Amino acid sequence: MSPSLAIYRGLKRAGIDFAASVPCVNLQELLTLLGEDPDIIHLPATREEEGVGLCAGAWMGGRRPALLMQNSGLGNCINALASLDMLYGIPLLIIISHRGGKGEPIVGQVPMGRLTVPLLQTLDIPYQAPASGEGEEAVVASWEEAQKKRRPAAVLLDLDYWRRA
Amino acid sequence: MKRIEAIALAAESAQGQNALLISNIGFPSRELYSICDRPENFYMLGSMGMASSIGLGLALAKPKRRVMVLDGDGSVLMNLGTLATIALHGPKNFLLVILDNCCYGSTGSQPTCTCYCTDLAAVARGAGIREVENVDDIEGLAQVLEGQGVVVAKVETGNAIVPIIDLGPEQIIERFTRSALSAEPS
Repeated sequence: MSPSLAIYRGLKRAGIDFAASVPCVNLQELLTLLGEDPDIIHLPATREEEGVGLCAGAWMGGRRPALLMQNSGLGNCINALASLDMLYGIPLLIIISHRGGKGEPIVGQVPMGRLTVPLLQTLDIPYQAPASGEGEEAVVASWEEAQKKRRPAAVLLDLDYWRRA
Repeated sequence: MKRIEAIALAAESAQGQNALLISNIGFPSRELYSICDRPENFYMLGSMGMASSIGLGLALAKPKRRVMVLDGDGSVLMNLGTLATIALHGPKNFLLVILDNCCYGSTGSQPTCTCYCTDLAAVARGAGIREVENVDDIEGLAQVLEGQGVVVAKVETGNAIVPIIDLGPEQIIERFTRSALSAEPS
């Protein structure tokens, strides 16, 4: 199974039916799958923070939301994660393409690549970083945690995840 | 018109339409709470800029329910991309009302760019939104609150003297989601 399809299957098993996204090259196949799924409302957002707001509103309307983004966008949405989702107790599944690690060819990705896990830890956002082959289960478990704790939960998909199908 | 007058009219209209109402952080939420508290009001206590996005996500999730958003010029300027997203995806049950008082009214009335040069209605049109209305008095506002798209309502600078909201975030969201998820209006 392709790395993208594994995440998509996890989203379907979790019952995700609303997605907001800001693209990453590693998410392109997954975003196409979401866009073609008639049971998922998929909104491309202009900025990650906007996606947090869209997903919060969708959850209030009874949907199960996921936000898909590159880790560079984590910094763009911290205030909304904290003073919207965490303040009110709104669950959110965040699927993050984690750039800037080992093998990253673009130097600009490295600073946020290093800061991603420390930022999630500081925010007390639980995260999973599945190896290839574990993506589907990680997505299901992450949504369950988000729903149970009524807060955001993240799945980090690094360069190795996408490399090894 | 004073902002609290515009909010009072919008709240009355929302009630009449059985609409869910998302209200911006700061004095606008306090003014709304003091005039017309309903479980169908979502009072933002944080995340400045997110009102329109919350409302859009909600309107898409509940296509049969009216959703109205009371936003401000400073908050929309903080999340301008929202206008492009609304242009492409905004459903007909969604109305964004921008109460433009030309300043950051909850932090000391520092002027925003709408005070000098920025026309948010023109920005909304430029973003691709077809239904954009400008109003500057109560009579004008009363005519457009059952529409869709964006209303830019010019209001006076200044806040009403109203208490802070004595509901906690848990209370606000529990009663709001219960109202949002209750039976669809006929």
